[in-house]
Amino acid sequence: MENTIQLTVIDRDGISHTLEAPTDMNLNLMEVCKGSELPVEGTCGGMALCASCHVYVLSDHDLPEQSDEELDMLDQAFFVKDNSRLGCQLRINDSLHGLIVELAKV
Amino acid sequence: MSQTIETDLLIIGAGPVGLFTVFEAGLIKLRCHLIDYLPQPGGQCTEIYPKKPIYDIPGFPSVLAGDLIHNLMEQIAPFKPGFTLGERAEEMRQTEDGKFEIITTSGTIHRAPCVAIAAGLGVFEPRKPPIENLSNFENKGVDYIIKEPEKFRNQRIVVAGGGDSALDWSIILADIAAEVVLVHRRSSFRGALDSAEKVTELAHAGKIKLVTEAEVTGLHGNGKLEEVVITFNNGETTTHPTDYYLPLFGLSPKLGPIADWGLNLDKNGIAVDTFDYSTNIPGIYAIGDINEYPGKLKLILCGFHEGTLMVQSAFKRIYPDAKLQFKYTTVNGVNGF
Repeated sequence: MENTIQLTVIDRDGISHTLEAPTDMNLNLMEVCKGSELPVEGTCGGMALCASCHVYVLSDHDLPEQSDEELDMLDQAFFVKDNSRLGCQLRINDSLHGLIVELAKV
Repeated sequence: MSQTIETDLLIIGAGPVGLFTVFEAGLIKLRCHLIDYLPQPGGQCTEIYPKKPIYDIPGFPSVLAGDLIHNLMEQIAPFKPGFTLGERAEEMRQTEDGKFEIITTSGTIHRAPCVAIAAGLGVFEPRKPPIENLSNFENKGVDYIIKEPEKFRNQRIVVAGGGDSALDWSIILADIAAEVVLVHRRSSFRGALDSAEKVTELAHAGKIKLVTEAEVTGLHGNGKLEEVVITFNNGETTTHPTDYYLPLFGLSPKLGPIADWGLNLDKNGIAVDTFDYSTNIPGIYAIGDINEYPGKLKLILCGFHEGTLMVQSAFKRIYPDAKLQFKYTTVNGVNGF
């Protein structure tokens, strides 16, 4: 479909989910996960204030740089690795096509 | 034993929705008292994002969250609301005369015929690091909130975290404690620049011991904390003797004790009837982000609407025989207590 990309999200039980996400609705990865009933709480609503959408990026994508807010939050989160990102800060656009992420422990 | 606080409407949560509800209750002569675990009113708006602009408050093209709370406090001032701050609503019981008593963590008793739960995302609690036996040492060497720094005089302290709170307390405790060790996962600190500089300065002066690119991963002790296990990012581990471990990783919201009050819960929210935002317990209402109903949107503006309708129902419950006259504020203005 046009204006749609494919994403793979591996949940905390190791099960892989292939999701289709529209690129023209100003969504972020947290919202797409929530909308697909994956166990992502998105407690703060997407302001990089809770880390409940913490993911590890497994694919080799060129992602937008982390904002200060995202770095601040990841500084206070647990189980953080070099490939940690907050899903709410990853805007769904064509450059994310084929992205593979794994949900971090909470 | 503290005195019992009596009011008409007890509001749990002093965020924007709880605050505005005081106004709508005041217009129909209901007095309110608010309870909040945070030390100041405003909820998330003041605690987490006071400097963030909000764009969907009607009549305000843009308003900073902190300013919105400031304005709400001014708006409700004529109705002289009471506040119990820094205490968590812990226990709820019904009295024989059909009222509710809410008891806080500090033992303060509040009594009212109606309760509005406006607790947002829940109560903000310290984020606890994933250390297996952490809870065994709570109040036995592990503290998440520092209330009385004097407690740590001449004690050995390990602080963990890299944010403002970890930095600020390390600076304060450096003058009080026998030893302050600050453990942080990364090599640099992201807290306020002057705090970060001050910590570096104190480290050079030997008053704070910095352990970076490392995390506290274990706790040892017999009945009370005796040492922490520190694991470096490269996998090496070491132990360090200490009297206290203070993990300071900010706050995160939890539904908390409200979950055990017998209310019908729906996902993470309290299920309500959208007629008056009543819960399954007559006399207890839930408004704002904490409630859940078909079509729910977690918006401040929706919470304002919910609180407004809810107080009408509370009035009828408190004064079943009184007739409520609906009045615009433009007719008589605001007549406070």
